[in-house]
Amino acid sequence: MRKLYLWLPLALFAFFAGLAAYMLTQEKDQFVESAMIGQPLPAFALEPAFDGLPGAAKADFTGKPKLLNIWASWCLPCIAEAPHLEALKRSGVEIIGIAIRDKPADVANFLARHGNPYTRIGSDRISEVQLAIGSSGVPETFVIDAKGMIRYQHIGDVGADDVPTLLAELEKAK
Amino acid sequence: MIAEIGLAALWLAAALAVLQMVSGAASLRAAPGESNPLAIYARPAAVVQAFLAVLAFLLLLRAFAVTDLSLKLVATNSHSMKPFIYKLTGTWGNHEGSMLLWVGVLAASGGLLAAFEKRLPERTMGATLAVQGFVALGFYAFLLLSSNPFERLPIPAVEGNGLNPLLQDIGLAIHPPTLYAGYVGLSVAFSLAMGALMTSEVNPAFARVMRPWVLGAWVLLTLGITAGSYWAYYELGWGGWWFWDPVENASLMPWLAATALMHSVSVLAARDALRTWTIMLGVLAFSMSMLGTFLVRSGVLTSVHAFAVDPERGAFILALLGLYIGGAFTIFALCAGAVAEGKRFAVTSREGALVFNNVMLSAILAIVLLGTLYPLLTEAFNVRVSVGPPYFNPAGAIFAIPMLLVMAVGPLLRWKSDSPKRIQFELMLIAALVIGAIALVSFFGRFPLLPLLGLGLAAGLAVAAFLPLRGRNLKRVPVATWGMVVAHFGIAVSLFGMACEGAFSEERLAAVAPGGTEQIGGFAVTLEAVTPIAGPNWTAMEARLAVRQDGGEPVFLTPQARSFWSPPQSTSESALLTRWNGQLYAVIGNQAEDGRWQIRIWWKPFVTFIWYGGLLVGLGGILSIVGRMRVDLKRRSASAKGAQRRADIEALGVAAPQPAE
Repeated sequence: MRKLYLWLPLALFAFFAGLAAYMLTQEKDQFVESAMIGQPLPAFALEPAFDGLPGAAKADFTGKPKLLNIWASWCLPCIAEAPHLEALKRSGVEIIGIAIRDKPADVANFLARHGNPYTRIGSDRISEVQLAIGSSGVPETFVIDAKGMIRYQHIGDVGADDVPTLLAELEKAK
Repeated sequence: MIAEIGLAALWLAAALAVLQMVSGAASLRAAPGESNPLAIYARPAAVVQAFLAVLAFLLLLRAFAVTDLSLKLVATNSHSMKPFIYKLTGTWGNHEGSMLLWVGVLAASGGLLAAFEKRLPERTMGATLAVQGFVALGFYAFLLLSSNPFERLPIPAVEGNGLNPLLQDIGLAIHPPTLYAGYVGLSVAFSLAMGALMTSEVNPAFARVMRPWVLGAWVLLTLGITAGSYWAYYELGWGGWWFWDPVENASLMPWLAATALMHSVSVLAARDALRTWTIMLGVLAFSMSMLGTFLVRSGVLTSVHAFAVDPERGAFILALLGLYIGGAFTIFALCAGAVAEGKRFAVTSREGALVFNNVMLSAILAIVLLGTLYPLLTEAFNVRVSVGPPYFNPAGAIFAIPMLLVMAVGPLLRWKSDSPKRIQFELMLIAALVIGAIALVSFFGRFPLLPLLGLGLAAGLAVAAFLPLRGRNLKRVPVATWGMVVAHFGIAVSLFGMACEGAFSEERLAAVAPGGTEQIGGFAVTLEAVTPIAGPNWTAMEARLAVRQDGGEPVFLTPQARSFWSPPQSTSESALLTRWNGQLYAVIGNQAEDGRWQIRIWWKPFVTFIWYGGLLVGLGGILSIVGRMRVDLKRRSASAKGAQRRADIEALGVAAPQPAE
């Protein structure tokens, strides 16, 4: 090996390939977690989203840990998560909804079609509460403990796999 | 049935790639002067494979044209009611289809090479085709094993999902195939370089074979980057034309390597120097294009342009990258020592200038590569960083400025050896222009250093580009030389645009009530109204801006703030007013509490010259290809005539005139 420097390109390339292979195997978190986790829920009091259920306020989060579900009737993934919210409800979880930029007629129509897992739904017409609790999209689900503290955030629709995770988080929040 | 024919064609093409590889490799084992019986299959295999791969692509194109919803790919990416042109472009507006396009172009260029290239020794050609077959095989495997474009649905879909609306844009329909074709051209250069290296045939004849592929690839990359930069400028609505984003860098790096390769291959063709260096650049240029594909498709780096990201596919591309580039560098380390040293030359010679610029280009490439991969390195240690203009601009300029100066002087020097004294006048002229322009501009105000230097260099370079024509009969200047002149002048034009944008841009961010007027760059911009409008899958607030220049008739601009609902996403649609000396760029923002609207307006003098320059550079490359091809064809027909004459003379036997003893 008289000309060792000829191996230099290969060495540099091997270093890059190793690094890239390592990074590919790493789990990449694409989600920006809300900075509000561990913080108290901001104060809010929302009008009912339609005639069938009462509105939602910070004062409703007492007694036991509850789920806060950010959703909208115009949101397609919300249809996908509806049966899984239903499953959570059957496990005795109380879910309070906040409908984002929605109309009463649309909300009623959505619940008639896809079931109603909620005990209360507040109407957030200008995404005010959504932004205040650090949610960046629809749907998102938060675990709120009995003292009104935000304990856990789930981004995106709730799938079948997420139901046990959410139940465990609710248990932890007790 | 049609789709199955496509799939079968693809499998057959893959099998032929194996044959091409084995047969090409067999030609290496032949004893000198003899040929291996297996070796004769390499060329036909490449040609037939090209037909099959192109057939497979055409069949997929047909499936998209008639919206065959029994195909999974069509059902997920197309829609029966889409305009016909977007049905066709939808063929490569997705991962599988674009990989098939890539393979089709690769096979077609391999077929062209095998069918028409007769200048190289058979052994070198065999090795080249073997490498080409090996590269193609990897991509066939990728397609057939992990992204089959012809996959059927168990039950045909009733209707398709449609194409991402962002991709329903004529610019984006053309942009990817252009870059792909450029990348593939570099793969042919890579195969040729490996073939020449393995058979120790690194010489001017080889360089002349390689040059058109490098030039062609370089022209396509130049045009692709120019178009991409303009798209980002008007579509993203941030007012900038280059963001040093990983995906942009991924397209810039192969271009830098190809630029260096194109110049060094010319030195090799003309002067038989820079042998090992040319091979090295051939490998480097292709590895940069593979690296680009990897970064774009794997999602290891976060980017604003990340389409079709999938870590699993990323792993496949990384494996191919390791196989090809790792293998190529190993062969390089083993064989490059055996390549004889080329012709020597003095420091002050055209070769010297080209070598200097090659080194500078490589240094800029290293800086861009380091900046692009640095976040990947720190993320391995859980530190998230973003590398941006504050690093790239000054670090790149350190090497770009000397490079541009030498670029102005280099073409004036003679081959082999020259003295600076001979071109005294030209040197003084260029220096006077650079210094004069800087002094003139500084006289009018204080500007940032880099744009100032850029203006000076642009002035010097614009004139220097034409100096090689001085004292020559313009009608007899070879077309390829015109190509160089135009391309170098294009760099000056582009540099002028960049420097003007950096030095003289005016920006106005204001909250304006309807009826209010803002002044910018000699324009009076009045916000007449803001109205809500709706599109097929979005709603928007559209501002109507009346732009008056020196109190003349108003021209209307309508920037929009769009909200898409599925997925929820906001985009800003900029509005542009183009004048010969610049562009007015307007964007609308949010509404404030008191009912006024945020309006952002830029006046960017001569910003369009950035892209005009890019087009000129591409035109220069095309002129160069045309010139070289004409010379090659002439040379070929001349040598054919010579051979014919000799044969005639021999046939005539005694009657032939005998040379005097």
